[in-house]
Amino acid sequence: MELINIFTVFILAIFVGFEIITKVPPTLHTPLMSGSNAISGIAIVGAIIATQVGGEIGTWLGLIAVIFATINVVGGFMVTDRMLKMFKRK
Amino acid sequence: MEYTNIAYVLSAVLFILGIKRLSSPKTARSGNTVASIGMLIAIVATLVSYGHLDFKIIIIGMIIGSIIGAFFAIKVQMTQMPQMVAIFNGFGGGASALVAAAEYFNPANPSTFNAATIAISVFVGTLTFTGSFIAFGKLQGFISGKPIVFPGQKILNALIAICLVLLGTYTVMGGSDTTYYFYGLVTLSALIGITLTIPIGGADMPVVISLLNSYSGVAAAATGFVLMNNGLIISGALVGASGLILTNIMCKGMNRSLTNVIFGAVGLVQETSASGDGKQMLVKSASTEEAAMILDAADKIIIVPGYGLAVAQAQHAVREVADFLEAHGKKVLYAIHPVAGRMPGHMNVLLAEANVPYEQLKDLDQINPEFEDCDVAIVLGANDVVNPAARHDKSSPIYGMPILNVDKAKTVLVNKRTMNPGFAGIQNELFGFDNTLMVFGDAKATLTDLLKELKEL
Repeated sequence: MELINIFTVFILAIFVGFEIITKVPPTLHTPLMSGSNAISGIAIVGAIIATQVGGEIGTWLGLIAVIFATINVVGGFMVTDRMLKMFKRK
Repeated sequence: MEYTNIAYVLSAVLFILGIKRLSSPKTARSGNTVASIGMLIAIVATLVSYGHLDFKIIIIGMIIGSIIGAFFAIKVQMTQMPQMVAIFNGFGGGASALVAAAEYFNPANPSTFNAATIAISVFVGTLTFTGSFIAFGKLQGFISGKPIVFPGQKILNALIAICLVLLGTYTVMGGSDTTYYFYGLVTLSALIGITLTIPIGGADMPVVISLLNSYSGVAAAATGFVLMNNGLIISGALVGASGLILTNIMCKGMNRSLTNVIFGAVGLVQETSASGDGKQMLVKSASTEEAAMILDAADKIIIVPGYGLAVAQAQHAVREVADFLEAHGKKVLYAIHPVAGRMPGHMNVLLAEANVPYEQLKDLDQINPEFEDCDVAIVLGANDVVNPAARHDKSSPIYGMPILNVDKAKTVLVNKRTMNPGFAGIQNELFGFDNTLMVFGDAKATLTDLLKELKEL
């Protein structure tokens, strides 16, 4: 049962993604990419959990994962903000 | 545990609302903030709810990651944004693969389903990681931007793919000790990320980056299935969908299928040597002084920026010229082709950096009717996207690609450094048209000269 629930969530999320992302205008496609980059840094949640499972090797893998994911989250959101700040009207 | 899941749902909702606000440049910045709050909620909820976490390790990791991430975000130049996104895709994929690998070593695991999701996550994540680094290297110029091909490349890829399927199956079904299969899976995933990316040329990078962006989402979603975590699944699905939509837009912008981009290796000399029909083209060149006089007489001017503008860092120079022309009562618009530059929206960001108002940036469908009554079209470092051969020459590699109809303008000023053909390796017939004048030189230097000449008129 849990499996089917989680698949349902996955499929629905894809549809929501298609709906909202087709509405992003071409002029914002670069910030969309860097922003979605930051969102894929959600792997940080998994990385935090990973540091406590899988024994010693798991801890090391988890640590590197935390570093990678944090680079994504912090760098992604910051650079997106830096870009969006520049989009001005007349 | 319940509360954690509520927090994940909340952060997913904030991601969706954040992306929704990206539908307009007015609300976009607040959208990014909304999404980042969503991320903060997800992180805090995880830290609070999981017992016996080793906070020391996590905090060290976060500090190192924050420093590196912030350094990149502050230092990167807007022209280098494609490389930055490429490398970040890699880190995202890498993080997902590492999480899945850590779960592989978790002794508490081992349902078949769990092992299968781990294998998929490690495969997609590792492929994204190495593929992104190759893309980064190509964009940064560490490795040649030209397609790297060798005999038997496709066969090699097919062999790696077969081995990957076998190793994946053994990792999942292999019984008590599957460690060696697992290492093999990691190694070959890394290898195929490289072999799939090296044959792709520089100007096809928008497609590759979009695709790798999508993969980094897929990897996160796959890791979500490993951990049975809704937060990762929803976010991964959003990013996966986003990358896929952008990939599709880029492919349409080049009138090529995704398979053609990945396996076509366009841009190689041998592919276009047949088109060397020896037809000589008479090209007229003009000085910046003449160009200034033509612009002085014009009322409506459309600027077409291309990758050459980014390379020359000429976005500020072009805005200064445009400002001067506008101050003298002329209408100035910018025509942005979907695949101009090295990633989706690259030109828009560059021009936004130079304070060009976004209302002036028009996409293909909006701008093409405007060329009919346009006095001067200025093409800056763009080539294939303005080649009229795409409309009529069935033998041209870019036939069918939607182009900007600059040739419809009364006069076309083309700024290029040399007469070298564009990325697709074909000569642009536009340069020989009666209404075309070539202004040779570096984009930035030429525009600075042009502004000086305009002021002297």
